[in-house]
Parts: sequence; structure tokens; C-alpha cells
Amino acid sequence: MTAKVFIGAGAGFACDRTDAACPVASALATLPGARFLIFETLAERTLALSQLDRQRNATLGFNPALERFVGPVLGRCLNDNIKIIGNFGAANPRAAAVRIQTMAHAQGLPVPKIGIIDGDDLTGLLSPVELAAREIGGTVLRGAKEIIAANLYLGAEPIAQALDQGADIVVTGRVADSALALGPLLHTFKWELDDWDHLAAGTLAGHLLECGCQITGGYFADPPFKIVPGMADLGYPIAEIDPDGSMVITKPAGTGGRVDRLTVIEQLLYEIDDPSAYLAPDVVLDISGVAVQELAPDRVRVTGARGKSAPEMLKATVFVDGGILGEAEISYAGPNAGARARVAAETIVARMKRRSPSLVLRADAIGVVSVLGDNSGSLSRSWASDLVDVRLRFAAQSGTAAEVELLLDEVEALYCAGPAGGAGVRKRLTPRLASASCLIERRFARPQVTLVGAPP
Amino acid sequence: MTSRVVRLHDIANARSGDKGNRLNIALVCRDVAHYSAVAQQVTAERVATVFAGRRPSRVVRFDLPNLAAFNFVLDDVLEGGVNTSLGLDGHGKSLSYLLLEIPVRITTPRDGD
Repeated sequence: MTAKVFIGAGAGFACDRTDAACPVASALATLPGARFLIFETLAERTLALSQLDRQRNATLGFNPALERFVGPVLGRCLNDNIKIIGNFGAANPRAAAVRIQTMAHAQGLPVPKIGIIDGDDLTGLLSPVELAAREIGGTVLRGAKEIIAANLYLGAEPIAQALDQGADIVVTGRVADSALALGPLLHTFKWELDDWDHLAAGTLAGHLLECGCQITGGYFADPPFKIVPGMADLGYPIAEIDPDGSMVITKPAGTGGRVDRLTVIEQLLYEIDDPSAYLAPDVVLDISGVAVQELAPDRVRVTGARGKSAPEMLKATVFVDGGILGEAEISYAGPNAGARARVAAETIVARMKRRSPSLVLRADAIGVVSVLGDNSGSLSRSWASDLVDVRLRFAAQSGTAAEVELLLDEVEALYCAGPAGGAGVRKRLTPRLASASCLIERRFARPQVTLVGAPP
Repeated sequence: MTSRVVRLHDIANARSGDKGNRLNIALVCRDVAHYSAVAQQVTAERVATVFAGRRPSRVVRFDLPNLAAFNFVLDDVLEGGVNTSLGLDGHGKSLSYLLLEIPVRITTPRDGD
């Protein structure tokens, strides 16, 4: 019988803590059998930004924090035979592999065998018109002339193949986040690609791990209702997976955070639509019968994933230019701050209506009504009369920078031409990317596995 | 038994997730004993009312009784989503706490019961 597989998560998003992987790698090093450390660092938008980086410089286009994520654990993992799998390759997995080899050399480590997975990029295969015809749930791509990025979600099979070929490290671009865990399980347990319940279990393991500490106490604390000890040193998760697909979620000893029924269920349902049909490239996962059982402090057993045959079509995310977001803020404080801030907001609304009547304008009063409001929200509600610290925020978006710069200038003009005591103007312009989801025929998925760095 | 009205936040946890302009909120009872009270009172219709300011085009509740949890899926409430919204929270990460404002009536054993 094959022993357990241990999969630790070193990162759960592109801007995650870069020192989180160290305790996970140290804990994995003490465990017997097959050990893997996965890094999920590729949000949808991150990939489009990486594509722009690559267009500017052919040696870039991978996660800019690659060295900070992998550098601290590279020696430990290579020495202890812990395989690293990460989607930090983003738009340029080959360049990421070169960077890892350079890192290994600089650290005096043996040259690692790196498996590079690509074939997720659709830009050369489908025209903007062909992509627009495949868009679901929107019309972002209608009439688009230029595509910034179009990547479909590859499955776990190429990752398993790279490991089968002896890779120490696997670098991918766009793959389903859950494939980062399913890949090593296919490799170790030799599950068949139509063994739906096992594929579902591996996909569930990936889903639970893919956001890193969101299952170990991150995105959770709400004292005194939900207390998380050691937030400054959250331990990232480790899944211990049995050959039958059942698993235990835990975290390294001595780290902060918590793993229990409540943290696991919140992550189980994170970004889920219909719990009986979570679509992944390799399988449709049904979590409606999943059971969660606390075994011991920070040890939770998860069982009951069921699978249905893989979806016929693959999902792709496509990005086009989304114009420019302009934001400007100003503060009012002290006695009668609310009344002065309201005059300022009404002044901006009146002037923008005159100068740019078609521009949609957002006015937030931070601390009064902002994140739970909407574009018309802050001025349509009454504010408390005793506000002493109000920060106004205005935002607008346009295809032309000049139109949003107009708003920024109007807010800055409040220094003199606004109510008394206006302070601390900040202005920012941010290029935006508009995203669309497409369903793509499987024949356009052409995953390639390339091994580099292997001594002959 | 005695009954009292509490905020959902007093008895349940919630977590937001997003996909484009679609928001999901996982709602988990801290004590499994509260599951049926929440199931009866925190209906999809009630949640649609709470989110009326965001004009949802559809609200669906999926029940997970074996986890004492629910999954609410709200379509078109993220002002276009993270790449389009003019708001600060295009992901809708704060919106789970709007759900937790809902009052619910729960029964609790009286002292000595």
C-alpha cells in the first residue's frame, strides 16, 4: 500500500507573505514519504499584468516575488527531496525556470530538474472575434480589437507528467489552482484520469490548500466571536492525503492560527457556486456530501468528495484594455466635519455634472458609507451629526485619461475652492484591465511539458 | 425553552468570495443547534432584500445540513466586479458582514431546563 502524500501550501495569492513557506517546508522535511510544497500566486488579473511585463521584457512575465517565495526554501526542499510546484511562472514559465536555476547556483545548490508547463496561452490560436464568440456571462469582448491576455485553465495531468519525468520543481502558467495538488496526487497514487471520485478528492485537497492560510485562521479573525492566536505568525496548511482520497488538514507545530471545523468549512465554500458542481478541468467536484471532523487540536479530517466526469469545455480568462481608474481623496476633521465634507461632495458632484456630464462618478465618505454603499450611496443617505473625521473618496473610470484627470483636478481644487479645513488630498490614476470568461473547446489546450536543468 | 432575537453575527460566521460580478457568501453556524432556525429565517428572499441596494439579478441559497452551513450566490451585486467597480471593495470581501446584520429569532434552553 502506498503511504500518505503530504502537500503543504507556501503561498495562497500573488502578494502573500513570502516567509510563510519556511515553517511548512521544515515540517514537511520531518514527515515520511512523498512531500510537495505548492505555491498558488496567480490571480486572474496577475496573469494579465505578467503578460504586459513580458511584452516589455522577454526575460520577465513571471511572478515578481518569485525569488522571495522560493529562495528561502529552495535549499531545504532540494536537500530533503520536497518537490516544489508553483504557478509563479505566470506568463513566462521558462523565464521563471531560468531564474530558479540562477538562484540555485547562487546558493551553491545542485542544478534542479525543472519541469516547465506551458500551452495555456490562447492568443496565437484564437482571434479576438473568435474569443468574443465564446464569452459567457457578459459582452466585454464584443468589438475588442486587441487582446492583452487569453489563457485557459490547464488541468493536473501535465504536472503529474513532469513529476513522473523526475522534476524537482514544476513551474506552470495558468492551471486550475486545485491542479497544483491534484498533479502530485496523480503522480504518486497513479489514479486513472476517469477515476472521478479520486480526482474529486484531489481537487478538493487543492481547493482547501489553494488560498494558503485562509484555512488556518487567515481571513477569519473577528474577536471576541472568532479568536485567532498568533496572527503575526500564521501557520500555512499541510494536507495529509490517504490513497483513498480522504485527508487531514493541519499546520506546522509552533505556528499561529487555528485549524478546526469552522476554518475548514469557510474555506471549503470559498468562491463556490453550486456545491454539487465545482467545475475543474479534470473533474466536476461535488462537495455537498463532504464531512468535516475535528480529530485533535489543529487536525481536521475531511472526507466525502464525489466526482462527475470532466466538463466538455475548458474555462479561459481573457483580458482587454479597461481604461483608466482615477481616484482622489480629501479629509475633513474636527467639529462639524460631516457638514463640511457633505458640502465638498456636493460641490464635486455639481462641477463634474457640468464639466463631464456622461462620466459615472462615485463619492464615498469613508467611515460613514463607503464599501457597503454604491455609486449613488453616500449622498443619498443622512450622515450622523457628530462626525469628527471624514475622508471623502471620489472615483471615475474612462477610456481617456483626460476625463478622469478632470475629476482629480476638481478634488485638489477643493483645497481653496471648497469648504473650510479640507486636508490631505491624494490622487491616483490606475490603468485597468477588463476581464471576460470564455468556454473553450479542449482541442485548443495544448499542454507541453519540458524538463530543463537535468544533467545528461 | 425561551426565544430571543440575535444578530446573525452573534451565532454564525460568514465569508465572501467572488467570481466576476457574482458574489458567494458562505454562512456557517458556530453551533450546529442553530441550523434549522437559520434555515427557516435566512431565506434567499430575505437576503435579496438585505442586498437590495446592490440590485441582485438572482439570489440562490444552497443548503449543506451536514456542515450546518449555507452557500448564498448573488448575481450582479459587485458593481461589475474587481476589474470594473468604482468602489473600494470590488471583490465584495466586506459584504459577508452585511449578511451578518440580519436579525434571527433563536430558542435557548431556560436556566434549569
